[in-house]
Amino acid sequence: MSSQSHRLASGGLIDRSTPMNFTFDGKPMTGYAGDTLASALVANGVRLVGRSFKYHRPRGILTAGSEEPNALVELRSGARREPNTKATTAELYDGLEAASQNRWPSLRHDFLSVNQLASPIFVAGFYYKTFMWPAALWEKLYEPLIRRAAGLGRAAEAPDPDSYEKAWAHCDVLVAGGGPTGLAAALAAGRTGARVILCDEGTQFGGRLLSDGGEIDSMPSGEWAAKALAELEALPNVRIMARTTVTGVYDGGVHSALERVSDHLPVPPAHTPRQRLWRIVARRSVVAAGAIERPIVFPGNDVPGVMTASAMRTYISRYAATPARRIALFTNNDDGWKTVEAALAAGLAVAAVVDSRAEISAAQRETARGAGFAILNGAVDRVDGGKDGIGSISVALAGGARATVEADGLAVSGGWNPALALTSYHRGRPKWRNDIAAFVPDSPPPGMHAAGAANGSFGLAACLADGHAAGASAASDLGFSKSAGKASSAADAPETPLSPVWHVAGKGKAFVDYQNDVTASDIELSAREGFQSVEHLKRYTTLGMATDQGKTSNVSGLAIMAAVTGRSIPETGTTIYRPPYVPTSMGALAGTNRGEHFHATRLTPSHHWAEEQGAVFVDTGLWKRAQWYPRAGEKDWLESVTREVRTVRSGVGFCDVSTLGKIDVHGPDAGAFLDRVYINTFSTLAVGKARYGLMLREDGMVYDDGTTSRLAEDHYFLTTTTAKAGPVMQHLEFCRQVLFPELDVQLTSVSDQWAQFSIAGPKVRDLLREIVDPEEDLSNEGFPFMGVREVALRGGIRARLFRISFSGEMAFEISVPARFGDALVRNLMRAGEPFGIIPYGTEALGVMRVEKGHVAGPELNGTTTAGDLGLGKMMSSKKDYIGRTMAGRDALTAPDRQVVVGIRPTDKARRLRSGAHLIPMGEMPEPSTDHGYVTSVCFSPMLDQWIGLGLLARGRDRIGEVMRAHDPLRGEDYDVEICNPVFYDPEGGRQRG
Amino acid sequence: MKYSIFSLARAALNGHKNWPRTWRDAAPKKHYDVVIIGGGGHGLATAWFLASRYGIKNVAVLEKGWIGSGNAGRNTTIIRSNYMLPGNIGFYELSMKLWETMEQDLNYNTMVSQRGIVNLYHSDAQRDAYARRGNAMRINGIDAELLDQDGVRKMMPFLNFEHARFPIQGGLLQRRAGTARHDAVVWGYAHAADKLGVDIIQNCEVTGFTRDKAGKVIGVETSRGAIGAGKVGMSVAGSSSRVAAMAGLRLPIESHVLQAFVSEAIKPLIPGVVTFGAGHFYVSQSDKGGLVFGGDIDGYNSYAQRGNMPTMEDVCEGGMALMPIIGRVRLLRQWGGIMDMSMDGSPIIDRTPVEGLYLNAGWCYGGFKATPGAGLTFAHLLARDEPHEEAARYRLDRFRTGWTIDEKGMGAQPNLH
Amino acid sequence: MRIACPYCGPRENGEFSYLGDATPVRPSLEQGVDAMLDYVFLRDNVAGEMQELWYHGGGCRAWLKVTRNTLTHEISAVEAARGAGAAKVGKR
Repeated sequence: MSSQSHRLASGGLIDRSTPMNFTFDGKPMTGYAGDTLASALVANGVRLVGRSFKYHRPRGILTAGSEEPNALVELRSGARREPNTKATTAELYDGLEAASQNRWPSLRHDFLSVNQLASPIFVAGFYYKTFMWPAALWEKLYEPLIRRAAGLGRAAEAPDPDSYEKAWAHCDVLVAGGGPTGLAAALAAGRTGARVILCDEGTQFGGRLLSDGGEIDSMPSGEWAAKALAELEALPNVRIMARTTVTGVYDGGVHSALERVSDHLPVPPAHTPRQRLWRIVARRSVVAAGAIERPIVFPGNDVPGVMTASAMRTYISRYAATPARRIALFTNNDDGWKTVEAALAAGLAVAAVVDSRAEISAAQRETARGAGFAILNGAVDRVDGGKDGIGSISVALAGGARATVEADGLAVSGGWNPALALTSYHRGRPKWRNDIAAFVPDSPPPGMHAAGAANGSFGLAACLADGHAAGASAASDLGFSKSAGKASSAADAPETPLSPVWHVAGKGKAFVDYQNDVTASDIELSAREGFQSVEHLKRYTTLGMATDQGKTSNVSGLAIMAAVTGRSIPETGTTIYRPPYVPTSMGALAGTNRGEHFHATRLTPSHHWAEEQGAVFVDTGLWKRAQWYPRAGEKDWLESVTREVRTVRSGVGFCDVSTLGKIDVHGPDAGAFLDRVYINTFSTLAVGKARYGLMLREDGMVYDDGTTSRLAEDHYFLTTTTAKAGPVMQHLEFCRQVLFPELDVQLTSVSDQWAQFSIAGPKVRDLLREIVDPEEDLSNEGFPFMGVREVALRGGIRARLFRISFSGEMAFEISVPARFGDALVRNLMRAGEPFGIIPYGTEALGVMRVEKGHVAGPELNGTTTAGDLGLGKMMSSKKDYIGRTMAGRDALTAPDRQVVVGIRPTDKARRLRSGAHLIPMGEMPEPSTDHGYVTSVCFSPMLDQWIGLGLLARGRDRIGEVMRAHDPLRGEDYDVEICNPVFYDPEGGRQRG
Repeated sequence: MKYSIFSLARAALNGHKNWPRTWRDAAPKKHYDVVIIGGGGHGLATAWFLASRYGIKNVAVLEKGWIGSGNAGRNTTIIRSNYMLPGNIGFYELSMKLWETMEQDLNYNTMVSQRGIVNLYHSDAQRDAYARRGNAMRINGIDAELLDQDGVRKMMPFLNFEHARFPIQGGLLQRRAGTARHDAVVWGYAHAADKLGVDIIQNCEVTGFTRDKAGKVIGVETSRGAIGAGKVGMSVAGSSSRVAAMAGLRLPIESHVLQAFVSEAIKPLIPGVVTFGAGHFYVSQSDKGGLVFGGDIDGYNSYAQRGNMPTMEDVCEGGMALMPIIGRVRLLRQWGGIMDMSMDGSPIIDRTPVEGLYLNAGWCYGGFKATPGAGLTFAHLLARDEPHEEAARYRLDRFRTGWTIDEKGMGAQPNLH
Repeated sequence: MRIACPYCGPRENGEFSYLGDATPVRPSLEQGVDAMLDYVFLRDNVAGEMQELWYHGGGCRAWLKVTRNTLTHEISAVEAARGAGAAKVGKR
């Protein structure tokens, strides 16, 4: 095969001055700029391009657009390998590599084409009736075989190296589709001053004009399209987006669109994404997405060389590539005849036209006479051939006689189906039009209008008029009163009406859904077995479920079902249309949010300093927090954490706790407000004091806890847990705005405004005296436990000091404006050097809280009550508060609830693990003996053993009981003693100092 | 005709011309012992269990559209029993055991495929929560394994272990979990129930309840006429509130949209089911080759069976974060179903305050895996008038008593479950 | 879905979080357990036009009362939710 053996000497919209090399299945070929991979394959005489899904039948190119079911390839290689790429829409670039798929060992010799031999058994749904015995063989044998045979192309084997973007756009009128209808609509709307976005999935605007020519406003349609585009480009209010497919429409006029920014290049240029996902917010939209020509179902209709008529003339006229030397046409409408004209104009031979209609126009007869081919009134009922193409074409003539046509290409036109998808995505069901034997849009989403071929108006003149009207009325609806200008005009030749032909019966497989190998007899079988609704038909036969989503098959399939069941087509109905209109890469849908940028990263004020210290960080929600600070010579995390705890308990250390949620509560009713959201009372809290507070959900379960301080009569400072910072703010705003609007109170989130550090240990005062202005009284009397005060730091910065303790040590929390956080840390380290100060991380923080029996995330799990946590006494009976009533329900006050206890292995050397369940001694582990589980553990340097907290049924009555910690997941089972959850300094003398 | 490779081969000889309907196209009779509203998986399974286990064969299943046209036909086909709390754990394991014998029980290949599920963890806290869960499963006799990072890497080397925002630390594995062919489950139960005499009546919408003087439900009004019933069971997830309202009931349920997605078919990549622990994404690969995936509900009340872009994007971001090799795999189709989101994330199988009316509802997004279990236990309730022991905690009054079953600990906020 | 926040203008629904039906009013302590059970756990679960509460957490932090059709997602009104769930409005 010589290169471009099937390229016409002249013509087409390709750039012959820019040849491009590419390979298909490793074989080098050339094409031109402006080619698609499919047109270049056609020009190189390639017929066989793929294998079908089930039977592995040899397949050729069927269409020239995004509806293609057959010509799917693996495009590119390595990490950029793209499975299932439609050759018909892939733009050719120099160096393109494509490989056929779903075949082994080669496209020509595909082992699984033996499936065709078993095809009498492999009918629709056959697998539901077999592979049941023996049961174990399904996963071991049958399914692996099926899985290996199924699937199409292969995903890449390495992460996608290209980048993707997302963008928003806003406009008054979105026009989807840049054919004659779309151009007319964009012109009409654009001239009024409305902001217009015009999208087309191709590189060039013009749609069918690029293939079909014709005259508009007395000039060649190509010239008209160029002029229209120039006018649109000159309008500042119009944005033109090529290579951009509108893929969906969502609520509120949000449209999704996929822009293929770099898919026409070997690799994306630097700083340029491969694709961009647009969210286009449009007040009105005009769907000018055209129509899709439907094949006719007849035996052998999948032989390579059978093509839709419009595709065949696209290859001939637009790409100057000849799918065949001698073509035949099988049509039921006048439009198909345009392919004959295109073929003749290109100097190709026409073997015959098989037209199902008895009435043939004089002009058509004249064409046939002039070119010397026969017009056969009848239908093609069989094509013979195989992977090398068409052998012969059998025709059943209207009178009952038969004819045979010798041709190497068969163009087929069964009429046109408007591209309904966009107009149907909000579940509006299309309506049937008998005159064109097609469904047209009905009840589209709000603000959307279909125009032109997408609305069932197929003639060029009709498209121009319809597009203009749709564009003009969309703009005038929105109040744009400037003139939409004059509509362009064309002359449509009178047409002989189409006569529907869905299925021509005959011997052999007649394909409805090419890719999924659904045949007419599969539909008959489906009907016979009761799968008669279109949804059952689809699901039983897989009709319309392939990568083309039934664009060429759905209507034919349901027409056959209608015929089999004796219903009309509209009675039979359509399946549901779902986005996206063209399959959309996962990369584009994810955009930049992948890898390390999957979610934002929040850094604490001391982060950079902690990094300098070599801290190990842990993810806490979006935060990175220092987990521990390893020192040279320490062999593992445990050694570091143990040192941190010991240092804090004997000297002094500090920890960044800025991640806590912080909320300023202002206003005369601030105290009353807090009384309603906390179970305990805050209105009585003295100014200058802090109090631990507990919030419930309205269902009575604990929501969150934290320390809240009263800074002034009308100003409280509330803290939340790190995890609940956002949700608590939302909840409090709900209480303030929705439930208690009568309270004069304001909330301000100040989580990011304050850097806050816990400074703990017996030497904390010694340290603070070096930091705080010497005038400040930090003595136990001058600054008692739970005291709060603003203080001056040496150097003049004002800070807030809270004498609160999570560690159980003598401790303060100090907060300064976030911008001073880093400086404060460095000052603490400097000032603390004589006292042996260390930073400690979240692990040490956690160890000390377990030693003190403080509850945290694992105990505040959304199913515990205040009583479960040992905090039931905090529940005020003197007021209403969120959750009070529901907290009184039977189950929430039942005596056998699981409550917080302390746990320690009886063997002091034993490690305790969270997630182990607690089983009474002497009992077998089973549901009835599963009395609780370990929630939090740590190695306690103070007790020199592993300890933990747990939730245990009737736990408070079981102090001293020895139980089994049962941990089958980790193969462990050991004895633990239930104890008081406060392991360290239960009297609290250390923190009170 | 019994389905087997032999009957299939015989049928091939005459071009499959003699296959009978998979289920009869029944017309409604005047009266049934039990009428089930809802021809989804649950309703049909209930009918089959009534007929096969409880000897009640005078049963009708009424479906307003086509059987399986609700959530049974639009889920992501996952089956598993990796629950944690008493009340759930035994029920879902009962259901899992019924999956394991379903094909032989029904003589229909529902493609139950136990290829395993891995719930990934990305932090110590998640690992501890999965340890608690896995141990609860083991104590209940259910298989569970805790994998470390290497264990996950061996099973799924294609996941993102490098440069991840939230690196994978390990996972909780249930090997017996997997997927089943959702439509086939519907058809299989229909086929088997029909053989036992159950009438499956499609295009028959219930428009009201017939009550006697005491208020007892004694039948239903339908678009195909009145049908008398000894008992009426509702299995209409997504529409539970609407149907219950016809009997004057308000339910602890909100209807929410859950989206699901499928990619183009590709050659086998993902062995079982994997759920991302640091984002809203879970995925399996169908036998056809499509990656079937989903994430969180959109979060607002909806009966529209379609969702919006933020959720779709969120799910795909999760997918790319977890599996960056699928960047060039294309999303083929997105769809949505209506979830009965209950107030504690767990279902309801119970009598209602209206005598004669029984409720199977509130399955949130987990109803598919429960299909056989819900069928058996709802049938038990209808037949015996007392709850099956494995569904005894799915009481309607548990919100009043407080014995809720809240696996996620989110409380009475349906869109957070 | 686009929600026209009265303070910020129309924004994508991803900026908002959803609570649910705006009609129920939080009962007072005196109204007792039944009223609270109804408020916390039972829903009309309207199929059609519904007033509901949305929180503009990605914007102005206002709670909004949005009138939206649950069958079509069409939004017909958005207003501040101030006092929507309050038993005491007007009694002050």
